[in-house]
Amino acid sequence: MIELQNIKKKFGENDVLKGISAKFEAGKTNLIIGTSGSGKTVTIKCMVGLFEVDSGAILYDGRNFSTMTLAERKSIRKEIGMLFQGGALFDSLNIEQNVMFPLNMFSTMTKKEKLDRVNFCLDRVNLTGKNKLSPSEISGGMKKRVGIARAIVMNPKYLFCDEPNSGLDPQTSLVVDQLIKEITEEFKITTIINTHDMNSVLEIGDHVVFLWKGLKNWEGSGKEVFTATNPELDEFIFASKFLKEIKSRNFG
Amino acid sequence: MLLFQPLYHFGRYCLMLKGAFSKPENAGMYWKETIRQMVSMGIGSLGIVCVISFFLGAVTTVQTAYQLVSPLVPLYVIASIVRDSAILELSVSVLCLVLAGKIGSNLASELGTMRISEQIDALEIMGVNSKAYLILPKILGALVAIPALVIISCAVTILGGYTVSFFTSVITPEQYLYGLHDKFVGFNVTFCLIKAFTFAFIISSISCYYGYFTEGGAFEIGNSSTKAVVWSCIFILVSDYVLAQLIL
Repeated sequence: MIELQNIKKKFGENDVLKGISAKFEAGKTNLIIGTSGSGKTVTIKCMVGLFEVDSGAILYDGRNFSTMTLAERKSIRKEIGMLFQGGALFDSLNIEQNVMFPLNMFSTMTKKEKLDRVNFCLDRVNLTGKNKLSPSEISGGMKKRVGIARAIVMNPKYLFCDEPNSGLDPQTSLVVDQLIKEITEEFKITTIINTHDMNSVLEIGDHVVFLWKGLKNWEGSGKEVFTATNPELDEFIFASKFLKEIKSRNFG
Repeated sequence: MLLFQPLYHFGRYCLMLKGAFSKPENAGMYWKETIRQMVSMGIGSLGIVCVISFFLGAVTTVQTAYQLVSPLVPLYVIASIVRDSAILELSVSVLCLVLAGKIGSNLASELGTMRISEQIDALEIMGVNSKAYLILPKILGALVAIPALVIISCAVTILGGYTVSFFTSVITPEQYLYGLHDKFVGFNVTFCLIKAFTFAFIISSISCYYGYFTEGGAFEIGNSSTKAVVWSCIFILVSDYVLAQLIL
């Protein structure tokens, strides 16, 4: 479980996070939603240590990440997998080498064991046999799936996904979403997804946190999002005239 | 503010080097990456180095002959001048200015692209010291590849002058070979290598600095690349003067 305790973050005079507290449980897909500039990405980057919080605490199963030394953080980072918006695959390496990279760096496995693990992960994301392709030869959806394979290759306890559906068509988005959900449940990972894709909220949102101007504005399940009576959340979800009409027709 | 900026960059540059020269997580992976960088910088620049050096030697020979109008100066002196020019300046400083453009822009844009496309963030999250993994092999690669290129350049520059002696009447091949041996100072080669190592460090570390700290998008990658080349050239010229003043 990951717990945020009143985290705050400022960039110059710009208050991006004004005190966010939330709990993200293991084995569940936890979604952080919100408008652009609401602080979703900053929250995730603070959680993985790419940004330092100004105050507050980030607890990984009770271990306070914000007060840890660099060496202690390194050990936690080996338990973290992250899927980036653009995949963040290493251009100079092929798919197999990309997925194998964390194993090469940190594990003491034999070459055969590493290859078996890589093939298992590629198989898990439906990319069997694509080992030798380079990142420039594959589609955006495949890049995301390679990113997922790389994120899970070290058996992480925590998985972070930064807008996993951006730039993908609805069908491919669904495949990526389902994959993340299956992996989360199968390996009992604490998964945190940063998104503004409503399909994801509906399909895989076990727990949803809505951020509004740097604050947690609403929290609930994916299904509750559409029936909540929160004006800011309403404005965010039913942004278009068409959706507003659908809402008034279905939910009153 | 004007004083603060250079201090800020110098401080950040020193911290980057401190991060880069720290204990590797997996020596084998670092070694592989260092070899890859050596091949990329060394073999990748060999063609341009040979072409530039050959013509530098040829042109220096012809132009030195043009300037030596006194009948009191023997023609073999042309070869001695080409040799010393190559070893002391042409194949080191001039070549490294060219390499700052080729290798420096390459390093800065590679790291800049990695930064923009979140590949550096990905390394950090995996628990890899990105400064050490990305910068150390590049600096070590440059420290091996660039001096090697400089040595090759010295030979090819001298060869360029020798070729001229076959096809023109400015100097005969025999005079050229005699001039090459005449009053050769071995220390010049040592000085040449000292400069080569210094310039290699300047090119690689400054380019890595601008690439690693790129912020923004494609426009900023171009900017970082330009700054890397400009500052590398300036520091090469300054250190060239300082080394000459201190050592010669």
